[in-house]
Amino acid sequence: MENRIDIEKLSVRIKEKNLLREVSLHVKTGETHILMGPNGSGKTTLARAILGDKRYTVTEGRIEFNGADMLKLKPHERARMGIFVSFQEPVTLQGVNTLSFLKASYESINSTKVTMSEFKNIVGKNLQRIGLPESVNERYVNEGFSGGEKKKFELLQLLLLKPKIAILDEIDTGLDLDSMKVLSNAVNEMLPETGFLIITHNDRILKHIKPTLVHVMKEGSITRSGGLELVEEIEKGGYKIG
Amino acid sequence: MGKLEIKADRYDFKEDIDYKMRFPNGLSEKTIKNLSDIKGEPNWMKEFRLNAYRFFSRRPMPSWIDGLDQLNLDDISYFALASEKKSTSWDEVPQKIKDTYDKLGIPEAEKKALGGVEAMFDSTVVYNNVREELKKEGIIFCDTDSAVKDYPELVKKYFGKVVSPNDNKFAALNSALWSGGSFIYVPKGVKVKLPLQAYFRINAANLGQFERTLIIADEGADVTYIEGCSATTYSKESLHAAVVEIIAMKGAHVKYITIQNWSSDVYNLVTKRAFAYENAYVEWIDANVGAKLTAKYPSVYMLEPGAKANILSIAFADKDQHQDAGAKAVHLAPATSSVIRSKSICLNGGRTTYRGLVKIPRGSRDSSTSVTCDALIFDDYSRTDTYPYMEISEESADVSHEASVGKIGDDQRLYMESRGIPENEGINMIVLGFVGEFVKELPLEFALEFNRLIKINMENAVG
Repeated sequence: MENRIDIEKLSVRIKEKNLLREVSLHVKTGETHILMGPNGSGKTTLARAILGDKRYTVTEGRIEFNGADMLKLKPHERARMGIFVSFQEPVTLQGVNTLSFLKASYESINSTKVTMSEFKNIVGKNLQRIGLPESVNERYVNEGFSGGEKKKFELLQLLLLKPKIAILDEIDTGLDLDSMKVLSNAVNEMLPETGFLIITHNDRILKHIKPTLVHVMKEGSITRSGGLELVEEIEKGGYKIG
Repeated sequence: MGKLEIKADRYDFKEDIDYKMRFPNGLSEKTIKNLSDIKGEPNWMKEFRLNAYRFFSRRPMPSWIDGLDQLNLDDISYFALASEKKSTSWDEVPQKIKDTYDKLGIPEAEKKALGGVEAMFDSTVVYNNVREELKKEGIIFCDTDSAVKDYPELVKKYFGKVVSPNDNKFAALNSALWSGGSFIYVPKGVKVKLPLQAYFRINAANLGQFERTLIIADEGADVTYIEGCSATTYSKESLHAAVVEIIAMKGAHVKYITIQNWSSDVYNLVTKRAFAYENAYVEWIDANVGAKLTAKYPSVYMLEPGAKANILSIAFADKDQHQDAGAKAVHLAPATSSVIRSKSICLNGGRTTYRGLVKIPRGSRDSSTSVTCDALIFDDYSRTDTYPYMEISEESADVSHEASVGKIGDDQRLYMESRGIPENEGINMIVLGFVGEFVKELPLEFALEFNRLIKINMENAVG
């Protein structure tokens, strides 16, 4: 089944500051969109607006999932529809066991119940694939994790939750080369069922992933959209283009 | 979600009781004499009370506990008698009082998982029963009033010896006015497998409840005691000033568990202390969820070599609540060890304070102590403070201390929501994870009940 997210002329502000101006973007199953742009250009704001962070106010425009308005939904309801937004800086949840957290999330999103031993198996396979030790299961969520481990843990959730639309906010930052490979393999493997919007600062990720479109964001607007040639331009001239 | 809806259903209800007797509000020497006469006590106890009352009158209100200045002792009644009879069968307990305990699930728990139960309703114990097989082993579990009459030797020997009537203002008040509470004696070498439970209920408005508990574990004995408490909510203040004394003789183990869920208009000012002799082990597992103000610092005095203490304190402070809780470990002999863990949660303007004291004087060689305080704050209106006093003058002492303050901010909630976990459920996971160490210490039935209690409180608090 094809799923799609449509962002239509979206304007967002936080307090009195306008962060996004009339941003439009369309992602559907099987597509990979790359969003690049200088720091503070509004990339994370877009991710947060899709997620439903109530600190960000949508002043204009729409976000629709398969044609239905998403803006009134709470973040967990959006997640349950199949939207996954990774965090650039995943937070620590002291006292919350990693495995219980993943299980609660898995059960909520799949509207199902699994036994702890079944779930341990599911997680175990993915842990191995990502290169996180089994002992992660015994720890609290993100507590004492290194920068790279936190990103791997986001990747683990991507693999576990198999979202319909995934917005990956700089998930590649801090990942080592091996993990980059796991990430691109995962994206390619999931593509038939998933649409991706990948926010990134570097082109390493594009070695193994073929983007449908590359978008450049500047000062809260998407100024250019195109193919890989955009990435080359940025490589040469920075974000002066557009 | 309806505010207090679930909690009201479960803990906050009132039975209209025709009280057989209720003292007019206010306190004087006459109140003490009346009380002692009604109880028909021996003279020594009357003297003990009057003496304590003099201590009480002379001592100023402790100024270091915030919020105590709002307590007006003249607005409190110091004795209310709901039933003249103490029963050993629930069928004999007056219906309305029995209804209370049915609603709280006590008789049911007794059948399943307890070795003995005592139920105190306002000022007196209305029910007390112990399993036959425990009686046969010589275990005594009764209300303290009965113990004065039935076991005068034991009571005279230990009563007021761990907590002296002049220890502090509220210990003095309790010593003057005590009524009810538990008396437990476990003979040499006897291990009580099923826990003994007491449930304290305040039903009347403006009441002072002064339960007095004395637990004696003879050499090599082992006992677990659980107390639960709750009260009807009124807009007027009530007072609960208890004194608990524990004596753990050579090689004995006493585990004392408290699940305190008083209504939010109760001042909960309690003195709890244990004497631990050679190789004895005393545990205070203390959870404070209810009350307007709690001031309670369970203590263990390790008097002989090899004595051990484990004090775990959990505090939960919502709007208008202040949990001033903590622990004291006094190492008065060599090779003694203590572990103190404090976990507190505050939200909606609630306040938690950890106050602790560890003393290892010179000569208490090779002793060790470990103190951990973790606080969790939900918002900017709430407050947490830590006062971990350490008086260590023995060089060989092994001392460790850690403290942490965690904040559950918007980012934590959002992170969980972004993974499909609804806000309330996410907060529950955080809180239950945080208090998990406490829950592990509870017998299974109580663990489930405590988790439920925390969930209900969080639902009410977060809405």
